[in-house]
Amino acid sequence: MKASLERLAERAGAEGLIDVAFANVDSPFGPLLIAATRRGLVRVNLPTYDPSETLEELAARVSPRILESPAKLDQARRELDLYFAGKLTAFDLPIDWQLTAGFSGRVQRAINRIPYGQTRSYTEMARSAGNERAVRAAGTACGSNPIPIVVPCHRVLRSGGGLGGYGGGLPMKEELLRLEGVLDQTSR
Amino acid sequence: MTALPPFQRLLDEHAAEVMGVLRGAVGRVDAEDCFQETFLAALRAYPRLDDAGNLRGWLLTIAHRKAIDHHRAHGRRPTPVAEIAEVAAIDSLPDENGVWERVDALPPKQRAAVALRYACDLPHAEIAAALGCSPEAARRSLHEGIKRLRKELA
Repeated sequence: MKASLERLAERAGAEGLIDVAFANVDSPFGPLLIAATRRGLVRVNLPTYDPSETLEELAARVSPRILESPAKLDQARRELDLYFAGKLTAFDLPIDWQLTAGFSGRVQRAINRIPYGQTRSYTEMARSAGNERAVRAAGTACGSNPIPIVVPCHRVLRSGGGLGGYGGGLPMKEELLRLEGVLDQTSR
Repeated sequence: MTALPPFQRLLDEHAAEVMGVLRGAVGRVDAEDCFQETFLAALRAYPRLDDAGNLRGWLLTIAHRKAIDHHRAHGRRPTPVAEIAEVAAIDSLPDENGVWERVDALPPKQRAAVALRYACDLPHAEIAAALGCSPEAARRSLHEGIKRLRKELA
């Protein structure tokens, strides 16, 4: 049965019948589900959230033509593996931003430009997105980032240096910052 | 109206059953092709489907059509027949107790007749058309198949 399903995913992909391809990826934090459209990576689901709910959300918001197709996510899986091993400092993956819009979308694009090993404050992100006073909205935008890890919302902290929040839980945020070598310089 | 679930869930929930029905209908070797055709056809039509109420029945209906196409294409004597009626969606198939596994083990003619009758719900005349034999021969294959299953399952 497994071979039949793999063949199906391959043929469906070749015929352009997959609108959203997804794969499960192991990470030091637990299983991640990653999903891509023809345009690029559209969603990363952290282990704290139910992957089946995320797939339902993708069915409603992108397309129900969703198939598990790890081959279509080879590059993303490889880059994530290298990142978790501390051997990759910049993802080189096309991103599909269709799940973001408006002010949140601008914040998330700004987050995507924060370099590896650096941090920014929520206030700075609000300013980058064009409204310095919308700090709370910037926080919300970080929290609703559909592509965490790759779009590094873990690099956004409170102005005083406090960790702020993280969808994957604060221990994960701390661990990612430690991996990037920045946590030690950050007071909590 | 129910929202369409991710297509992957249809595979997770129904792929094994669809494969089982197809093995019964066309045999183990050709079931693979019919399986691929069934799900590719389903994927093509899926975004335009406006009723997510009975996805299992929808998939089985497509599978039945593919099985019938297969028999028509491979029939020994392709007989021109009037358009074969739309097959109704089937709500429940008694695939418990390994019945379909037994069906799978029947000689090809009997297996196909039993599957077309009970999985695809076709009348004798259409089974005959699908298998490219006379209605009497179809009836006989079906009867022999059922007799054998009764004995094995008794």
